[in-house]
Amino acid sequence: MSAPADKVKKDAVEMVNIEVDGISMEVPRNSMIIEATDKAGIDVPRFCYHRKLSIAANCRMCLVDVEKAPKPLPACATPVMDGMKVYTQSRRAIDAQHGVMEFLLINHPLDCPICDQGGECELQDLAMGYGRSVSRFTERKRVVKDKNAGPLIQTDMTRCIHCTRCVRFLEEIAGTSEMGGSGRGDNLEIGTCIERSIDSELSGNIIDLCPVGALTNKPFRYSARSWEMRSHRSVAAHDGVGSSLHYHTRRGDIMRAVPAESEMTNETWLSDRDRYSHFGLYSKDRVMAPRIKLDGQWRDVSWEQGVSATAEALGAAREAHGGEQIGFLMSPSCTSEEYYLAAKLARALECENIDYRLREIDFSDHAVRQQYAVFEKKIGEIEHCDAILLVGSNIRHEAPILGHRVRKAWQSGAQISAVNPLNWNFHFDLESAVICAPQQWVSELAKVAKSIENDGRASIPDELKALIPGGEPGAEHQSIAKQLKESEHGLVICGQAAMAHPSASALRQLARWIAKSTGCALNLLPHGANTTGAAHFGALPGEAGLDVRAMLDQARKTYVLWGIEPDFDIANPALAQAALDAADTVIAVASHATPQLESVADVILPLAPIAESDGSFENLDGTTLSFSAAGKVRGEARPGWKILRRIGAVIDAQGFSQVNIAEVQAEMAGEEDRKPGADDSWPKFNKPRSAKGLHRVGETPMYGVDALCRRSDALQATAHADSGFVGLNPKDGKDLGLAHGDKTAVDQGGEAIELEVRLSEEVPQGAAWLRSSTCVSRALGDSFGSINISAGGGAG
Amino acid sequence: MSHKAKYIAGKAGLLEKETRKKIDAWVARFPEDQKRSAVIQALIAAQDQNGGWITDELCEAVADYLDLPPVWAFEVASFYSMFHRHETGRHKVNICTNISCWLNGSEELVGHIEKKLGTKLGKTTDDGRITLVVEEECLAACCGAPMMVVDGHYHENLTPEKVDEILDGLE
Repeated sequence: MSAPADKVKKDAVEMVNIEVDGISMEVPRNSMIIEATDKAGIDVPRFCYHRKLSIAANCRMCLVDVEKAPKPLPACATPVMDGMKVYTQSRRAIDAQHGVMEFLLINHPLDCPICDQGGECELQDLAMGYGRSVSRFTERKRVVKDKNAGPLIQTDMTRCIHCTRCVRFLEEIAGTSEMGGSGRGDNLEIGTCIERSIDSELSGNIIDLCPVGALTNKPFRYSARSWEMRSHRSVAAHDGVGSSLHYHTRRGDIMRAVPAESEMTNETWLSDRDRYSHFGLYSKDRVMAPRIKLDGQWRDVSWEQGVSATAEALGAAREAHGGEQIGFLMSPSCTSEEYYLAAKLARALECENIDYRLREIDFSDHAVRQQYAVFEKKIGEIEHCDAILLVGSNIRHEAPILGHRVRKAWQSGAQISAVNPLNWNFHFDLESAVICAPQQWVSELAKVAKSIENDGRASIPDELKALIPGGEPGAEHQSIAKQLKESEHGLVICGQAAMAHPSASALRQLARWIAKSTGCALNLLPHGANTTGAAHFGALPGEAGLDVRAMLDQARKTYVLWGIEPDFDIANPALAQAALDAADTVIAVASHATPQLESVADVILPLAPIAESDGSFENLDGTTLSFSAAGKVRGEARPGWKILRRIGAVIDAQGFSQVNIAEVQAEMAGEEDRKPGADDSWPKFNKPRSAKGLHRVGETPMYGVDALCRRSDALQATAHADSGFVGLNPKDGKDLGLAHGDKTAVDQGGEAIELEVRLSEEVPQGAAWLRSSTCVSRALGDSFGSINISAGGGAG
Repeated sequence: MSHKAKYIAGKAGLLEKETRKKIDAWVARFPEDQKRSAVIQALIAAQDQNGGWITDELCEAVADYLDLPPVWAFEVASFYSMFHRHETGRHKVNICTNISCWLNGSEELVGHIEKKLGTKLGKTTDDGRITLVVEEECLAACCGAPMMVVDGHYHENLTPEKVDEILDGLE
């Protein structure tokens, strides 16, 4: 990968005066004419120019007339000069634009009636303004054979006008350079050169960038016309960024998602996960009506019966065993209103057992410092960092938009390092990296802390001392420490893999100390879209309450599962299954029901997914993002806040009389922030036990984070959904007598499953890469924990 | 130890030791972070290794070896007409048909050669001995027109007899 451009120091912007169509304006020196006209609202036609991409000036559509210039100049690539006079509507400019349009249309097919882009096509629009009514070109048009670019993007390259926006996007923004131009002259073809899928996690953006119908949304293809659809602004619900998007609906059905501009979060981009997940909305196993299990048979009932059955079950459980025998397991991607009302309902039942941190297992630092919702460097500021340390984070997949921000920082010269359990392939280079198995993780991170201490400026608090191993830090640890110490705007990011680790508290606190002692910011990146809202509005266990792990270890009599699939969304599916099997009553409020959920639940209430519900999120920055229902709810489904309100009213609890969501939100505005404030103390850690054997690296795959993504056929058809394997270091493979492609039995103390072995140098020794939240991992235990792998025939 | 972002892995092994040596020599001439500059020469080396034409896999091997996105190698290989992405014969014969050679009778020469070999411009003889390469432009030896290039060697002031002698000498 080419080296990042040198950081250009921003001098005070010098302004120059220019005149466009007789209007005087002051614009920054060295900016392009098109930036000035765009700002002034003067329309200059263009295809290849995009303000977030480099300037190519290859479509020539933006030709304008500049005084004293011998010929028309491209507005996108002509810098302004003091006293410049530009005419965008003069005869010469218009003639030039007409000429360019005529050439562009020479090879463009006249297939608008069957083109998905028809009606929202930049070429179609501009051809209306600049094209001739009759073509003078009578020769044959060229035809480009289509290639399959994967399950997300449909290509019709005969329509391509060679603007290269897609090529530049994949090179500059996505960092994968998966497209290019092959051939030359009139044989030039834009594409992937040989038939291969485009795998970038941001690939869908080239659909929006394409000014014609060459690249279109594959699963949406031929399903609706732009003028039949209505646009609803909403918020993406798969990571904490809270990307803005528009859902396009036809007669209430959500047909597609496109990005909405939001400079502080997703800029103008949208991750593929946010763009294609809605295709899971209308899957066959959507819960359409409240259901009650009677004598082992599911029966559809009215909402009244469903709610009263729920209220009765909760009331009876409290009566018989006390509120502490109830457990609320909330999805980490619910609305803030749901967290607020669920917390209120739990407390009305004298129950403090409520938690949303389903993929985490270690909460031992809970008491000392609220370890959630710590996000000191705002999303929009990450790109200005000059050193970033990733602790257990495949940030590209965990939050693609944040990955892009880190890449932007790297492009402007930041040094990025990582302490990771796998050598994940990033779209930026790592300056230093410690790739180690999970069981060595704490001591490896502690060595970074130790080399900071060795420098003499800070001393590690006594509470953390037990974590520091005996040996001296190596060169990698020292260079990570050095980068952070020397940075002006440093950042330590603790990712989802770190948060799911059995010693997550130790990792978090070490990261916190490393950040603190080097003057860096600390960002925690937990699983889920609204973890900040959940922590803010009290969806955390109270003083006597149990965290999610304790609720499952010490099985409760009654569980409320809110928006989750226990075999996919909980760190230890085997443990969850046992606890739910043992429970008297399980109430599931869910949008979709798998056979597993049906087998453990006694009542299922249909929950409207985010796209069909009103509500708000608090993103990682702590910004409240409100949205209203985009799609029509399916069947009898209801928004979560309404369901909670009715349950609360039926059990006669106080404070469940809100009529609309505005009343709930008004109440919430008066609510104190339940997140405990910053605390300067440190939790005490004991010396970690030395762990033997293989440890699982059970990252949640990018497209396995929630019920919706898991049901999106398009996302599940991508290479990222591949999960039926166990990855080992070749040395471990050799010790176990396993070769690449062998089948072997894998277990974590329970049922064994058979998986294909893949040997890879990207997996460190001692680690077993086996993704969680997948169909194969449902019978297994902790996503990060020890694992048994049966030796093969060649074991020595 | 820094970790470079990887575009493609596991293909560089297709390049033979001799090919790598040639590529390394070219890489050494450019700044360290600009390996992309060596892509033309690397593709030439890979094409030579494969007997005169380059496979998609070898393009990927070059990309892997130079740490480039594979597309960057494909773009170059498809842009230049001296890279052959389909199997060629053992020898490549390029007959110049540009203006000076044309005025001096290249048309008749092409006709003679096509008849003699029983194949057409752009095609390979059935026995896989000779490929008649379609020339894009002037081969820059107008003073010796008509001329042709056989496996990189220039042959000037051609006559049908001279051509016969040269072609018959090719194995």
